[in-house]
This record gives sequence, C-alpha cells and structure tokens, in this order.
Amino acid sequence: MVERTRVEKTSLIGQRVTKPDAPDKATGKTRYINDMVLPQMLIGKVLHAGRPHAEIVNIDTSAAQQLQGVHCVLTGKDAAGLKFGFVRDNVALKDKVRCQHDEVAAVAAETEEIARQAIDLIKVEYRDLPGIFSPEEGQKEGAPLVHDNFPGNKSLRFELKHGDVAAAEAKSDFIVDNIFRVHHVTHCCMGTSCAIADFDSNGKLTIWSQTQYPYNYKMDLAPALGMHPGDIRVIQPPVGGAFGSKLDVYPYEPIAALLARETGRPVKVMYDREEEFISAPTRQPAVIHMRTGCTRDGTLTFRSADVLLDNGAYTSWGPTIPVIMMRTTSGHYRVPVVDFQAQAIYTNNPYAGSFRGYGNVQTTFATAQQMDMLVDLVGMDPLEFHLKNAQKSGEITPQKAFLRECALDQCLITAARASGYVNKRKKYALERDSKGRYKHGIGLASSIHNAGGAKIHKSDGCGTILKLDDYARVTVITGASEIGQGIDAVINLIVSEELSVPLEHITILNNDSDMAPWDVGVHASRTTFIAGESARRAASKARRQILEAASRYQDLPVDALDLRDGHVVRAANGEIVIKLERLLRQMHFQPQPELVMITDYYEPNSEPEGADHISDHSAAYAHAVHIAEICVDTWTGEVKVEEVTSAQDVGRVINRMGLEAQIEGGIAIGLGYALSENMVLQEGMLKNPGFRDYKVFTAPEMPELDLHFIESNCAEGPYGAKGASELPTIVIAPAVANAVYNACGVRILNPPLNPEKVARALWEKRQQLQQ
Amino acid sequence: MSPTTDINFKLNGRPVAVTVDVTMKTLTMLRETLDLTGTKYACGEGECGACTIKLDGRTVNSCLMYAVDCDGREVVTIEGLKSDAALNPMQQAFVDHGAIQCGFCMPGMIVQADYLVEKNPDLGRQEMQRGLEGNVCRCTGYTKVLAAVTAVVENR
Repeated sequence: MVERTRVEKTSLIGQRVTKPDAPDKATGKTRYINDMVLPQMLIGKVLHAGRPHAEIVNIDTSAAQQLQGVHCVLTGKDAAGLKFGFVRDNVALKDKVRCQHDEVAAVAAETEEIARQAIDLIKVEYRDLPGIFSPEEGQKEGAPLVHDNFPGNKSLRFELKHGDVAAAEAKSDFIVDNIFRVHHVTHCCMGTSCAIADFDSNGKLTIWSQTQYPYNYKMDLAPALGMHPGDIRVIQPPVGGAFGSKLDVYPYEPIAALLARETGRPVKVMYDREEEFISAPTRQPAVIHMRTGCTRDGTLTFRSADVLLDNGAYTSWGPTIPVIMMRTTSGHYRVPVVDFQAQAIYTNNPYAGSFRGYGNVQTTFATAQQMDMLVDLVGMDPLEFHLKNAQKSGEITPQKAFLRECALDQCLITAARASGYVNKRKKYALERDSKGRYKHGIGLASSIHNAGGAKIHKSDGCGTILKLDDYARVTVITGASEIGQGIDAVINLIVSEELSVPLEHITILNNDSDMAPWDVGVHASRTTFIAGESARRAASKARRQILEAASRYQDLPVDALDLRDGHVVRAANGEIVIKLERLLRQMHFQPQPELVMITDYYEPNSEPEGADHISDHSAAYAHAVHIAEICVDTWTGEVKVEEVTSAQDVGRVINRMGLEAQIEGGIAIGLGYALSENMVLQEGMLKNPGFRDYKVFTAPEMPELDLHFIESNCAEGPYGAKGASELPTIVIAPAVANAVYNACGVRILNPPLNPEKVARALWEKRQQLQQ
Repeated sequence: MSPTTDINFKLNGRPVAVTVDVTMKTLTMLRETLDLTGTKYACGEGECGACTIKLDGRTVNSCLMYAVDCDGREVVTIEGLKSDAALNPMQQAFVDHGAIQCGFCMPGMIVQADYLVEKNPDLGRQEMQRGLEGNVCRCTGYTKVLAAVTAVVENR
C-alpha cells in the first residue's frame, strides 16, 4: 500500500449518514428497556380502577398478599401525601378515583403470571360518583368537583392581548368565525410504558426509564417518592418510541420505585397494549373558538382565539399547550392584533401530556383552515393572499418572536410551484359539483414553530464532554437523549466534521444521568439545534487544542494547519504533517502531559417565556408548507391522500437522511391525526384500546412524498441548522382538511376526517342544496 | 400452574429442546425461555406485526401462536436472519436507507420484508405495501422502509 502524502478537504454537512444504533436494531441485538431482566428482579403490576369517578370505600388485599410468590401489595395509603405533577394534583397510588386508569393498588411478584393473579385477588369496594366528561360540563355552576381543592374544576389559565380587537373588527371587510373541536389521540409508542427501579443499600435509587428528559425527570420523580432528586440516578436504555409521551413522570414510574423500596429488590413494571392505550398520556383535546379578519385587499387585521381545554383528571403537559397555541395565534402570518385566552377544566377523562407538535397541531388546524376560508371570501389568488400576509426576515411578532431568518415566502412558492397548487385548486373547485363518485382536491397549509428550543424552563441549554484517547478515538458524552430520532447520528456527523475523524471512530454516550451533563430534554424541536451546537463547540475547542499542540511540535503557525481524515495537514495543500493519533500520543507522553478533554455548555440566545408571554423564547423560528393532494370517495366518505408536497425551512441540512426520516415520520403521525386516529370515549371509558379499532397509518395508506428543504442559514444553530421534527406533524392535518373542502365543498372542523364524518357532511350538504 | 410439555424444533438452524407451559405463546417462549429478545411484544393480539417470525418458511405472528405448536417445525427469528457475521441484505438495506428510527418494530418488519422478497423476487410497490400492512411503525412513515425493500428487489 502506498502511504498517502496529501489529504483532500471533504465535508459531511448535508450528506446522508446512517444511524450508529441501526445495525444492532436491524439484527435484534439491541436490548430495549422492555427486554431487560436484572438478577432477583420482580414483576410489578398495577390495578387500574376501570371506572371514571368514584370513592374508594374499602380495599382488601389479604388474599393477594397470601398468594405464594407475591412480595408486596401497595395501595393508596402507601403513597399518601406523596403528591407530584405541575400543580401537585397527582399521586402514584390513589385514595380516590378520578379517571379510568387510576392506579388503585400495585403488586410485586416473582413472575408476571403470579402478579396478574394477585391483582385479580384484590377486592375493592367503590362508591361511584357523577362524573365530568367535557370541559363545558365541568365549568357549569354546581358541577361535581374532580379535585376538591380546585373550585369550578379550574386548572390552568392563559391570556394574551395585543391591540384593540374591536377596532380591528370594525376595520375588517371579512371575518371568519368557527368553533374547532380537536380530539383525543395517543402516541402509540411501539414499546409500551416500562420502568425498572432498584435501590442500593445507601438508599439511592437507580431507575431505568424511557424518559426523554432525564435531568428534570429526577426533580419531578422525587416528590412522588419523598426523596431528594440528587439521590436518583436515571439510566436510559433504548426505547420503542416516545414522541413527547415520556416528557413527564407518569404513575407507573414511582410505583416501580415504591415496590422496589418495599421489597428491596429490582422491580419492573411494563404495560400491556390495552393498559398502554388506557393509561398513556394523550394529545390535548380542545374546543377552539377562532376568529380571523382581513380587509378587502387581503391584509389580515386580527386573530382571536378562545380555547377551552379538557384537562382530564390530572395536570401534565397537556393543559400547558396554550404557551404554544398563543404563539401560533399571534405569529402564524403577520397578525397585527391578537386576543387569546385559554382555560383548562378538570374532567374525568384521560389526561394529556406532551405530543410532537405540542399545541401547535391543534391551533394550526384552526388558523390554516381559516386562511383557506379567507382566500375564497376575498376572492384573491391563493398564493398571492398567503404571500401578502407572510412575514419577512427581521420581522417581530406581537409576542416579540424575532423572525431573524424567515423563509415562509420561499416555502410557499416552492411548494405551490412543485405541486401546481394554484391551477389545481381552481380546477378542482370547478369540478366540485360535477357528477362522479370520486373527487380530487388540493389543500395548502403552513405553520410556524420554534426551531431553536423554547425557553420554558429557566435553562434551555445542553452540556457536552468530549475526549480523544491515544488512538484518536473520540468519546462524546452529551446531555441529549437518543429516543430513536437520530441525535446520535447528528452529533457523530458534527464531531466528525470538526475533527475530521471517521464516523466509526466516534462513540456517543448519553444514557446515564450520573455521567452526562445537563440537558432540558428531547422536546421543542431543540436537540439538533442545542445539543448539536454544544457538540460542535466542544469539538471545535478540541480541534483548537490539537492544532495548537501540532503547531508547537512542528513549529508551524496554527493557521497553516488543518485536520483532515485523521491527520494534521498543511491547510494550503493538504500535505500530511503528522497522523492525529501519533500527535495525541506525543501530547500525552511528555514531561508536561496534555490530554484532550473538553467540556462545553451551550445556552441558546433566547429569553425566558415569562408570565406575560411576551418574549423571544426561541433562538430560531421556522416555517413549513404542506400541500396535500387527495381523492374523496363521495359514496363512502373515504379520503385517500395521494401526494404531499412539503417545503420546510430547515436552516441548513445536517444529516439529510435523518432529516428526511423525521419529516416522513412526522407526516405519518399527522395524517393519522387528520384522518383515522380517535380515542372513542364514553363517559370517560376508552372503547377502542387496541390497534384493531384505533387506526394508525400503515404502509398502503401512506402517500407519495415530495420533500423540499429551504436553507435559510440560521445565524445561531450549528452550521445554520434549525430544529425540524415537529412542523411536519403540525401542518399536514389542515392541508388535508383544506383539500377535502376543495374536493367536495365540505368544511370539517372536528378531526379525524374519517369516512363517517365526511359522508355525513356530504349528506348534510346535499340536504341543504335540496331545500 | 399450567401443565408443561417437552417440544423439539429447529431454531435459527439449530435443534432445540424446550419444556414449555402448554398455555405459553411462542413469543413468550422465544423472549423469556430462550432469551431471544429480538422478537418484540407490542400488542399481543396480532395487530401490529412486531412479533413476526418465520415458521416453516412462512411468516406468522408469534404472539398468537402457542409454543407447543412449534414442535417438529422450523423457526427463524430476526437473530437467525443474519448470515455469517454480516447483516443479511434486507437488514443492511434497512440500515443503509435510514429505515430504522426507534427500531422497535423493525425485527418484525424486516422478517416480513425478507419473506416477501424471498417469496416474490419481482415484488412490486403495491404488493410490498400490502405485504407490510400488518406491520405498524410509529416512527418512519414507511417511506424509507419501502425504499429499502425496493433496493433489495432491484439488487437481486
């Protein structure tokens, strides 16, 4: 083999990089938390109430306790006073039933079979109470209380006012006014909820968790156990999906820990699919009364939203979504006057957590349909109308979101051109009332979302520890969690780019809260932006240290040197100066030894959310436009999505393959929300807790996707990147709803747009026409 | 406790003898008795495909099948698809095309895709989509899954 003397400069930014965890996942080697077994481990099972609202009169656990192989049985009295949650309204084991899945008792036994038998032996006497099953019922005078200490069933409230709505209404030539009712859906992670807890002899808890926010998780879990957060170590094995559902503590987690503390043995609690459907958090349902006005020339004048949230029985992330709902209300297009209010009302329904697109899925379903309605009222060219109201770079929204790089107009133009939107919209509208069973339609929707984190906590930062060993192998310890989304591949790529070492020479460690530095968690489309930037800065510091050492040893100016493919080279011509691993050993084995060990903490340049919600809370914002082309079977009401054209401002493409994957997967979840997924609740009881009757998208239903990336080069994110993974879920549903209107003239304000609903709307339309 | 019985079958090319509870499902036997955790539980009622294995060359949902019914037959799991040290072509294509995110559904998806191509080397796109209809994935939107299977078909 001929020794190389020169190395060319190459870049991985924007290339297609595979995930380092993929080969083990493809061969079945990966040990997910659901697969884990520890020596001496017991199996924990939960007794769920199975009724929506009741007093617990008596619990008899004696038969369960006597069953051979049962190690302990716990009930509400064992968790009494250990309140947790944002407003401390939850407890691991209940003394009163407030929703179907409420955890009434738990057992730890030697096998799953024994644990199940023990659960069946627990006898509970309930006194059922009248329930609250909608927020409208909950706020009525004299309604039964879900929590005695929350009068009027009132949970969280949010308000935002900017400008004079009455004056803006008076100036408006057109006003659209609708009530949108958005429904309960759930994450359907393929790996069901699971936690394993174990206490050491010093009383320190190790919890193997699916959490996607390991550091605040300790803070949130501690009160449920009466512990100090510092005494909790969180280990994150590979998980079967999260999508926001693991952004809070849910009762099975403290239950695992309470059982472990009681038995002195490791305890694993894992839900079956039915329990998962009944117990896992949902997307927040809401009733959104939205009004949008514009003048005759198509200029938006105001937008108001009055939102009623079905809080469910306890307060997790769901009822906090107005923080983002108001951002969309005030920032989706240029809206000079805004009035927003939201009230969450406790009910005896399941309770919502965070779910990809957090609040924006619901709001954009309303804003983007009202934009489409206004197009027809004004009678303008639709693209012209959208462009007229689209913000430009440098504009600031009424909530002080600074749109430093805004590419909404480019997204609109790119998607409209690629799909032939304007002509098709006109053509399909003309064909709408013609004869024929199948009707084609096209719909456009856009939205805005935070793309550089969201400073809703005191910190939105991420830490990185980076080291190189004597063989030029790099270890990156990052606070960022890998939940399947591919941050490991992104960090791999970024570190490889900075240090010019092969991807396979980089190891990412991020699964132990005792090891890795702080990170807020995987949410708010922040991880590539913030963890990626911290990794880039750490690698850049390492690069500087290496080149400075090379400069000293080789007596060459630092600026004349570069790192390329595992070598220090002359920057001018790529001529090899020294192999990187030799240099690292030289640095190490000398009288004043020097190791490359770097730390970095990156806090994005954003402002805390604040009580008045007027702040530049993200370090970047981005837009996406989706255009959905559909076919409606007017006999059955079935909507088939044939093609989706997406144009999204991603700042800069980092890992092209990972980015495509996030957008494709985001669209699939959004399409399920739009068309098929629905938790059927009757008086708080879930009637479809299985994949047979809760329909998620499968391969035959997926449309063709035409993805366009707009690179606006963000001044703050790594190499110009912005966060990207929530927008595709946010934008698709209203694009489909607008397409359904275009195809057959029915406007559906309450998803999912399933055959039953579409067929009924078509029937009602025919009835009206006949009258 | 349910009665037990002894069964013998071929697992990933090797003969095995196991004593199983007569009410035990194949999925439980694979995961808990034989420690082959590649095959996943995700619904337990044959609706999601995460537990897909090959039985005498055809794919089945191992969550629906009693372990005793493996007696005298040939079972291949995701762990058995691997040829020598390398990944088999379907596994490699899923890696190369970015078809794996959380990966939890992937053992079942890959076994099913491998079976579809084995059965029909000229597998078309619609047949591919139909053939994978029973495998639920919540991460990928199936686009890259279909790209991976298409690549395997084209490279045969």
